Amino acid sequence: MSFQTFLQHLVNGISLGSLYALLAIGYTMVYGILRLINFAHGDIFMLATYIAFYSITTFLLPWWAAFLIAIILTALLGILLERAAYRPLRNSPRISIMISAIGASFLIENLAIVFFGGRPKAFPIAPIFSKIVRIGDVSISIVTIIIPIITVIALVILNFIVNKTKTGMAMRAVSKDYDAAKLMGININHIISFTFGTGSALAAIGGIMWALKYPQLIPLMGVMPGLKFFIAAVIGGIGNIKGAVLGGFILGLGEIAIVASSPALSGYRDAFAFILLIIILLVKPTGLLGQNSAEKV
Amino acid sequence: MKRKLSLLLALVMVLSIIAVGCSQQAPAEQPKEEVIKIGVFEPLTGANAAGGELELEGIKLANKLFPTVLGKKVELVVLDNKSDKVEAANAATRLVDQDKVSVVLGSWGSGLSIAAGAVFKEAGIPAIGTSATNPLVTLNNDYYFRVSFIDPFQGNVMANYAFNEVKVKKVAFIIEKSNDYSVGLAKFFNDAFVELTGDQNAVVYTGYYNTGDQDFTAQLTGIKASGAEAIFAPGNFTESALIMKQAKELGINLPMLGGDTWETPEVIDIAGAAAEGAVFSTFFDSNAKLTPVTTEFLDAYAKEYSGKEPAAVTALGYDAYILALNAIERAGSADPKAIRDAVAVTKDFPGAAGVVSLDENGDAVKSAVIKTIKDGKFTYLTTVEPIKK
Repeated sequence: MSFQTFLQHLVNGISLGSLYALLAIGYTMVYGILRLINFAHGDIFMLATYIAFYSITTFLLPWWAAFLIAIILTALLGILLERAAYRPLRNSPRISIMISAIGASFLIENLAIVFFGGRPKAFPIAPIFSKIVRIGDVSISIVTIIIPIITVIALVILNFIVNKTKTGMAMRAVSKDYDAAKLMGININHIISFTFGTGSALAAIGGIMWALKYPQLIPLMGVMPGLKFFIAAVIGGIGNIKGAVLGGFILGLGEIAIVASSPALSGYRDAFAFILLIIILLVKPTGLLGQNSAEKV
Repeated sequence: MKRKLSLLLALVMVLSIIAVGCSQQAPAEQPKEEVIKIGVFEPLTGANAAGGELELEGIKLANKLFPTVLGKKVELVVLDNKSDKVEAANAATRLVDQDKVSVVLGSWGSGLSIAAGAVFKEAGIPAIGTSATNPLVTLNNDYYFRVSFIDPFQGNVMANYAFNEVKVKKVAFIIEKSNDYSVGLAKFFNDAFVELTGDQNAVVYTGYYNTGDQDFTAQLTGIKASGAEAIFAPGNFTESALIMKQAKELGINLPMLGGDTWETPEVIDIAGAAAEGAVFSTFFDSNAKLTPVTTEFLDAYAKEYSGKEPAAVTALGYDAYILALNAIERAGSADPKAIRDAVAVTKDFPGAAGVVSLDENGDAVKSAVIKTIKDGKFTYLTTVEPIKK
């Protein structure tokens, strides 16, 4: 393998990995607060892309307005989902909430098939995002450069919110102990809504980036990626934001490395992701950066 | 309040399931009238939905033109096989057990047809394939037939095109591993191409992907370094469109070759400028008026869907329906066994997409059309006649 080819693979891996990372953050945040694996995260991600799609094609909004609307609406949808599907079950056994999450996921997917139709839609890409930078023989699209930057910004902002603000302190308190937090005068409902809103907004940002990179929308587009985001979150230590980013990069680079090392293995890249998940769960169940008792936000 | 909300949610879930269910069995049942039921077995959701819808368009158009046979009304029972092999077998079982259809039409996608083949065979219900081109669909199955040519021919046509017209000696493959159609077509292309070049290593790179994959940068980067002069990427159109797009982004300007699945508008929508110059083999082109039925079909299509060009698979859907009706007429009854025997001896039957003569396996022997994508449109290049045995 020539050095140029190696560099191109590295760029591909970083670009895919940062996308996984961006989306794993939302997954991990919700888990950190609620101890709930939000299986509908991948579907929220799908809805965001459709909202952006219709904003641009039907309502003829410029791309930045469409993206903003998609992020805001998706955040609201996330809050609504929590109210409707998770809040009524908050005091039920954890397994009930998880089943409710799976139900919500199927519901969203099937509603999407009914409303959006099963045929794939082409996501309209503003010319600004389709530029390609060539360095020697290595091609890098603008989106590939933007995604890691957004991932890092999201990581820094979230870290700041969680560790430096009052809301963040409340989030950490809720994640440790619901009842004690309530006794301290924290409005749990607000904090949980805020968490879901932020997590869903991140899913929307990730979804838009995904659609810019892979401009093809189908109602089930969130299913497999959703599992990948979950795996990324678990690898890094679910509940840990930095871990989610690390997990995302490991998964993305690993998938590309598998295909790059041998084309014959290229059909097994999904299998690789799941094998990685199993190994992590066997060897270090708390994930690479997870700790048993440390704060989980 | 909480209880009400969860009740409401449960209600919405149930309703959505019903809504999905209804959309799949379009025609309402009319119990009193005596009807002949024809099952339509197509992917209407999932990765292959666009293909299934195009074929359904042709079947419905034919049904509108010829709504009766033997003096009875024809009822179409449309079932969605959801682009999924397990669901395909379920849908097939439902068609034969519950709906008790006399004959089945479909499916787009060889894997789905293969998955359902055993069910039709066991139940003794004849099935007429539309655009499923893998040989295994009809092989060792006396109840599956098709109005399209098969992949050994299609693979040969594309290998010859690559060698004689594009004049390349090294090609790379990207194969949809979970798709029998893609794997089969690549194999037949490989066999023909190795023979043409006389070079055992004429295929310099073979990469795979799974249905639904969206990132192909690793495979394409490998191809870029492999010294291939053209890429053969048979497979589902959604993934193929992304492959074209990502190839351009990686600065790969090799000719892209594919199969009949590429002829869906989504390929051009999604790949955009990256689809320009892609070449593929298919069944039919409206510029090549093959039979009087072609004209009939084109006129009816233009009336129904003004301004739209019919896809090849729409013509095949049309052909499957009129062949089924013709066979029922010849059989003189709606008995599946009699229909099967009538279909099996089909010879020189004029369809919209060419004359259908079935060989001993139940496969149509007919010409292929090569098309390219030019200025955002599917453009006719040439017609290749079948190989005479």
